Parts: sequence; structure tokens; C-alpha cells
Amino acid sequence: MPTTAELKQRIEESIADASAEVVDLNGGGDHFRAVVTSPAFAGLSRIEQHRLVYAVFGPDIGGPIHALSLVTRAEA
Amino acid sequence: MSTPEQQISTAIKEAIAENDVLLFMKGTPEAPRCGFSARTVAALETLGAPFAAVDVLPDPRIRQELSALSNWPTIPQLFVRGELVGGCDIVSEMYETGELAEVIGVEAPDGAPDQAPVAAEPAAPPLTIENNLQGRTA
Repeated sequence: MPTTAELKQRIEESIADASAEVVDLNGGGDHFRAVVTSPAFAGLSRIEQHRLVYAVFGPDIGGPIHALSLVTRAEA
Repeated sequence: MSTPEQQISTAIKEAIAENDVLLFMKGTPEAPRCGFSARTVAALETLGAPFAAVDVLPDPRIRQELSALSNWPTIPQLFVRGELVGGCDIVSEMYETGELAEVIGVEAPDGAPDQAPVAAEPAAPPLTIENNLQGRTA
């Protein structure tokens, strides 16, 4: 079962200079919300920003990670 | 002969082309089966935006082919004039900034709340009553 710490680590390792705050929405280890800040998002549309984060997890989204709600920001 | 997957993919492309505002969701606007789909429906309905909806649940291949086409892994997915606008998070964010009404081409009605309407807890299980009596001995 994925943990908030694991999601945070995977995002921060995969996206340049990213910082992520991850919460488990219902305590069940499968519905998460992440607020991700990275300069890599600058100039990208929201769709493109979210795709970058989803790409970190690939097929885990819809698998062990049932839902990942996202807020992305280019600047802190 | 095309495979069932190709037929589903073609049907999805046609639906996207034929409907100005199209929501792929879990369940129906009247009976959403997921909090995220419910929230997206609520945002559209609060704006009074006319939209068509496709339920992805009857066949897992609908979701599979849709995500392959849109390069977007989750449901719901809102398309406006052929373009993917986003899922629940982006639609809610755009509702709050006014961009959603703008993109769809409607005026937010007087009294529409500033915050995206919350239809249900995001992770709340759908309330369903299933008739599961088949095969049971009385």
C-alpha cells in the first residue's frame, strides 16, 4: 500500500526541484491529494503540469493509487 | 475488421467530435458513482452549462481507450470543443477562476457560489443498493 511519504519521495525525485505535500484523503492508502511546486511547471498549461506528475506514477494511477488529486504550482 | 478496442476508440473520437461539451465520468449525471465525477457534474450544472456525458463503467475498455487517446490516466475527463480541459481538480480550479464558464461560453448565473460546489466527499463510496438476490436460495 503506497504511503504519503513514498508518493512525496517519488514526486520530488522525478521532477526537477519539486517540493510536494501529500495527504491521504481518507486514511485508506489509496486516495491521495498532492500539492506540488516545481519550476519545471513554468510555462506549461495545467493539463501539462498534471501530466508530468501523473507520469511519475505511470500505471500505479488507477492501480494501487486509486485517486491522486493534484494542485500544481510553478512557484512557491 | 476492426477489433472491439478500435471500435470503442472510434466511438470515443466521434463522441468528442460531435459534442461541444462532453464529460466522461463514472456513473451518470443523475447518479454519479464517484465523488470526483459528482463534483465535476456539480460544477457544470451550477454554471447551467449544457453537456453530454458518457459513463465509462459499463466496459473497462472505454476507460482504457479514452486514456490512451487523451494521455490522461484518471476519470472524469471533460472535453470542450474537442480539447481535453481536465479532470475534477482542473475543472474545480477553473470554476473558481471563472475560466470554466469562459471556455464553455456560458455566463455564470447570479448567485453561483465562488467556490466549486462540493457534491460529495471526494473519497466517499457511492451509495448503491444492488439487487443481488440471483442465485440465492429462499
